[in-house]
Amino acid sequence: MADAKPAPLRPGKSFQDLILVLQQYWAAYGCVLLQPYDMEVGAGTFHPATTLRALGPNPWNAAYVQPSRRPTDGRYGENPNRLQHYYQYQVILKPSPPDIQDLYLKSLYAIGIDPKNHDIRFVEDDWESPTLGAWGLGWEVWCDGMEVSQFTYFQQVGGFDCVPVSGELTYGLERLAMYCQGVDNVYDLNFNGREGADKVTYGDVFLQAEQEYSRHNFEYADTGRLLQHFRDAEAECKALLEAGARGEESLHECVLPAYDQCIKASHIFNLLDARGVISVTERQAYILRVRDLAKACCGAWLQTEAGGGA
Amino acid sequence: MSDLLLELFSEEIPAGMQARAGEDLKRLVTDGLKSAGLEFASAKNFAGPRRLTLVIEGLADKSPDISDERKGPRVGAPDKAIEGFLRGAGLSSIDEAVVVADEKKGDFYVARIEKPGRPTSDILTEVIPAVIRQFPWPKSQRWGSGALRWVRPLHSILCLFGGKTVGFDVDGIKSGNETRGHRFMAPDAFEVKDFADYEKKLRDAFVILSAGEREEIILNGARVAAGDAKLELVEDTALLAENAGLVEWPVVLSGTFDEEFLSVPPEVIVTAIRKHQKCFSLRDGTSGRLANAFILVSNLMAEDGGKAIIAGNERVIRARLSDAKFFWDQDRKVKLEERLPELEGIIFHEKLGTQAERVERLKKLARELAPLVGAEPEKAERAGALCKADLVTDMVVEFPDLQGLMGRYYAFDQDEAPEVASAIEEHYRPQGPNDAVPENPVAIAVALADKLDTLVGFWAIDEKPTGSKDPYALRRAALGVIRIVLENKLRLGIRHAVRPELAFQISRKYALDALEPFGALHDLISIESFDPAEWMRIFRDAFGDVTADFEKEFSEVFVQTLGGLLSFFHDRLKVYLRDRGARHDLIDAVISEDADDLLMIVARVEALGRFLSTDDGANLLAGVKRATNIIRIEEKKDKRAFDGAPDVALFQQDEEKVLATAIGDASDSAAAAVENEDFEGAMAAMAKLRAPVDAFFDHVTVNADDSALRENRLKLLNRIREATLAVADFSKIEG
Repeated sequence: MADAKPAPLRPGKSFQDLILVLQQYWAAYGCVLLQPYDMEVGAGTFHPATTLRALGPNPWNAAYVQPSRRPTDGRYGENPNRLQHYYQYQVILKPSPPDIQDLYLKSLYAIGIDPKNHDIRFVEDDWESPTLGAWGLGWEVWCDGMEVSQFTYFQQVGGFDCVPVSGELTYGLERLAMYCQGVDNVYDLNFNGREGADKVTYGDVFLQAEQEYSRHNFEYADTGRLLQHFRDAEAECKALLEAGARGEESLHECVLPAYDQCIKASHIFNLLDARGVISVTERQAYILRVRDLAKACCGAWLQTEAGGGA
Repeated sequence: MSDLLLELFSEEIPAGMQARAGEDLKRLVTDGLKSAGLEFASAKNFAGPRRLTLVIEGLADKSPDISDERKGPRVGAPDKAIEGFLRGAGLSSIDEAVVVADEKKGDFYVARIEKPGRPTSDILTEVIPAVIRQFPWPKSQRWGSGALRWVRPLHSILCLFGGKTVGFDVDGIKSGNETRGHRFMAPDAFEVKDFADYEKKLRDAFVILSAGEREEIILNGARVAAGDAKLELVEDTALLAENAGLVEWPVVLSGTFDEEFLSVPPEVIVTAIRKHQKCFSLRDGTSGRLANAFILVSNLMAEDGGKAIIAGNERVIRARLSDAKFFWDQDRKVKLEERLPELEGIIFHEKLGTQAERVERLKKLARELAPLVGAEPEKAERAGALCKADLVTDMVVEFPDLQGLMGRYYAFDQDEAPEVASAIEEHYRPQGPNDAVPENPVAIAVALADKLDTLVGFWAIDEKPTGSKDPYALRRAALGVIRIVLENKLRLGIRHAVRPELAFQISRKYALDALEPFGALHDLISIESFDPAEWMRIFRDAFGDVTADFEKEFSEVFVQTLGGLLSFFHDRLKVYLRDRGARHDLIDAVISEDADDLLMIVARVEALGRFLSTDDGANLLAGVKRATNIIRIEEKKDKRAFDGAPDVALFQQDEEKVLATAIGDASDSAAAAVENEDFEGAMAAMAKLRAPVDAFFDHVTVNADDSALRENRLKLLNRIREATLAVADFSKIEG
């Protein structure tokens, strides 16, 4: 039987311990620890806890792991760095506190990166999400030449100014873990921190999934049905926004379900893109269609209580 | 007199914005001080990853007193006028004004304004916050709950004048006398007395203030590290400056990578480790071959001497190079021509179709230009067909800077002719004023085709450069054509070469959605046999039912656009020649509206310049100008032109007869010489006019009393002007 007292966490030896250390660290700061959003998204930013909560005047500090899907990045499990499904650790602090850089750095120290021996750098990298109508300024954070996080001060989301400004920290968990564990192939990551027969690797958990989803994303997904799903999600999003609208003076009553449909449309678009059925000109048009949904949802969010409309 | 020290301390400033920001800070603060009447001895700025610093030495402690008088309205003027005067002079009542007596015009008010000088520290509390609030960052942001914009969050402001803190507040950030050292090695705040103290304490806290010094440390360190490894540094000034903008305390380290990666072309390795990792490459000093080693610049004196940092960087570079090697191996499995269908997926411009369509045009244009530039048509066509294929290779998708170069490597790999392979790389040239032009005829044909197709296309859809906006780099494309033609001494009629493409592109929009059949029409035109009427017929045959607007508009749009494009070339040529020291008036004098042979324009400018520096040339110019002036005055007086031939029977003096004959002879021989492109000869023929022109002005009275005689003499003068037009428009020449 396992000891009643939990074993000390070893973020340099175990993928899950790395996540647990970050969870502890940001919980101690006072963040709301959320669980992953239960829909397919391209990045942690799509979680309503970031996209929508970044808008409006109310303070909001949250952290969560978000599985992220990038259908075009599928490599059938053959590339040591690229995955069509990977984990991001997302922290959103609103308003961005003055010591946010230090807070972030201390989280790196917590997972075992020693600033006396590692070269940590903030290298310009501005962020823009055309589908969300969002942008911000910030950096990619380098540790010994490797990008370990994305650090952004949100300026606009859904075309609306962010007032106050949120600070968003996104850790690429696999990459960070590869660095901490000193492995070159993501599938070799030790997932559970055990050795010998009990050891479970990232490959044990995800290799088959990467192979199957790559087939799905590039070969099997039925594009006719996907196109229909896209149109359905788009129509449903608009219909829900309309159904929940109570005029300019009153609160909107149905934003989150509508935003789910926007997320869905975005993911279906990504799948269609991976299937190679979207031409360059159409691509732009699809992005604009998703952006229109995102903007409409964000506008409606500002008319809700959590969005500060009350 | 005291010194000012100002430091704006923020989160990490993008490396590429630092130098400009340092200069902007200096300019804006010193401008503010000057407009407050403050003098200073010198000003210098420093810029780095976390701070902009300004030092102004010998700054006056107080602004000068100003006394000023402002004249007002007369006593008893309407209230409106008095009010306006008070407002303008800053007086609260008319009692504060002085009455000045004036016997002639009546007494009037004068405001005597005495402005005492102000302490500099007061002025600084106004100037500096204003500069901060309006700082011209290319991109700026808000943070937290504040409204202030800065490139990244601004944390503190250090402001000392004469050793004392100048106190002010910008959106809650209070100025003070403290700063901080290196983010990791000396993060604590410390107080500063003056600039010398500031610079020294920063150095003790692991911050090198001067970007120049950081660059020097990096460069020397990199050279030494290279020497230790018996290698040579591949120097790169832009990369050096970027690195100096990423570190406050540069520490140079070196690492290695597997030799197997050296099978990838060296440019790829250099680009991969420069672009993604900001590292320098090393090479063997003797053979010049790239080595499997690199230099990295860290921001830390690590306790382990840099072992972990090197290991980390080596691992990332290994991953980058394995990607590059994978691309290199994969890309070579597909022949360039097999990639062409993929170009259909790349839009060149919404209104100008895909890269695939463009390649079809380039093939044909390169083939047709080939004989004009001494290239083999088959090879030019082949190079035109392949020149954009590398855009869809994995390598170029990953490293767009390597376009053309990768095409050349892949072409060699699939055994294309060497001229074809190198044309794929060189057709992008010249990429800037310092880049060489292609010299291999196949490359010349494709380079010209590429640039002319671009220019013609954007002209046809009316997307021309305006002011400082030139999003499609059309000025560079035109300058490229000019340099290729002139430096290779090519005879190329621009108008002749672009007409068929222009007709085609102008017609595109009239074909509406029928782009495929429209594209096929391209095969029916050629530089050799182009005729606008024939093109209209071809288009009408293909699109008879939708072409009503086309019929109406085509000819006019074609002529206008062609003229506009040609005059754009003239403008670029003028800029080019002027930059090389040619007189702009001489260029204007020889460029006629339809001159399209660039090489001949230049030959004329040169011949004209030489001619005018001779005695004959200078005197003839004076004579022609005199003739032109007289005619202009008399034409104005009589409100008529004096064109037409003079009447031989009316000549009275020998000088008239001699001049008339000389003009005839000179015109004939100049025209013949110009015909043979012998501009020296044409100038020599003109030189023979000098003596008769001088004699005419010395002995003949133009404005004779007899009006028929006067008219005839004016007509003769007009003939001088006309004759000289064969070589240049002398009226446009200055002096």
